[in-house]
Amino acid sequence: MFRFGTWLFVSILCFAAASAMAQGHKPPTDAQIADIAYTAGQIDIEQAIDALKKAHNKAVHSYAEEMIRDHLAVNNKILTLLDKLNVEMEDNDTSKTMYQEAHLKRDELRALSGTAFDKAYAENEVAYHEAVNGALESTLIPSAQNPQLKSLLETGLKLFKEHLKHAEHLVDELK
Amino acid sequence: MTVRLNILAGGALALSVLAFGIPSPGAEPRVHEIVIDKLAFGPAPEALHVNNTVEWVNADIFRHTVTATNGSFDVDLPAGAKGRTILKRASVVDYFCRFHPGMKGRLEVAP
Repeated sequence: MFRFGTWLFVSILCFAAASAMAQGHKPPTDAQIADIAYTAGQIDIEQAIDALKKAHNKAVHSYAEEMIRDHLAVNNKILTLLDKLNVEMEDNDTSKTMYQEAHLKRDELRALSGTAFDKAYAENEVAYHEAVNGALESTLIPSAQNPQLKSLLETGLKLFKEHLKHAEHLVDELK
Repeated sequence: MTVRLNILAGGALALSVLAFGIPSPGAEPRVHEIVIDKLAFGPAPEALHVNNTVEWVNADIFRHTVTATNGSFDVDLPAGAKGRTILKRASVVDYFCRFHPGMKGRLEVAP
C-alpha cells in the first residue's frame, strides 16, 4: 500500500509538471515556477516537521532537521528574489496538485510509528526528491526566463540531489 | 573559489622561536582559507604543511560540516560561519559534508 502510494505520488508530480507544460502548449511563467519551487520546499518542510515528532532513529531525526534548515534557506531566497523583482508568486494547478498529494502522503505516514515510520519517511524522501529533481530538470529550469531565478533553481537542484543521496544512505542504514 | 593565503608573521613567531627554539622543518605557521559556497568546497590550497591552519569559511546559505573520513576533524559550520582546523600531522585527509554527502574535498599535508 505504501509503495503504491509513493509511486502514485511520484507519477502525479511528474504528470503535473508535464501537464503544466502541455496546457495550451505554454510553459509555466516565472511567477508560476517560483510558486512550484516554493511549494516543493514547503511540502518537504511540513513533512520534516512531522518527522521530528515521530522519528525513532537519530539519523532520521537529524535528516529531518536538515530538510527544514536547507529548504527554508532556499525558500527565503525565493521570497527575497521575488521582492527584488517585484513579482508575486502565482498559484497554479501543478502547485495545487502537489500540495494535495502531499497531504495524502502525510496522512499515510502519520498512521505509522516507530521503525515503520522511519523507513517509510526515508523511502518517501527518496521518491519525492527524485520526482522534484525530474520536474526541475525537465520543466522548471529550462522554462525559467529570469537568470537569477534560473540560477536559484539550479542551486535548488544541486541541493535536492544532495538530499536524494542522503535519503538513499538513510534507507540503506535502516535496512 | 578564493583561496587566500595569510601569513601570520612578525612578533608572535619571533617570540615563539625565542621561547621554544626553532620549530620543526617546514613548519611555518600559516592560515589558508577554503571558502564553501553553492554546495561545494573551494579548491584546496597547494603546499599545506604541518602546523598550518585551514580556515573554513561557509559563504553558502546552507549549514555544512567539514568532516574528515579518518575522524581527525569534524567542524560544524552554520550558514555564514567560520571554523578552523589545525594540521598536526603530515597526511592525506579526505573530507566531506555530513549533511550533503556529495560535497567532498582532500587536504594533502606535507611535513
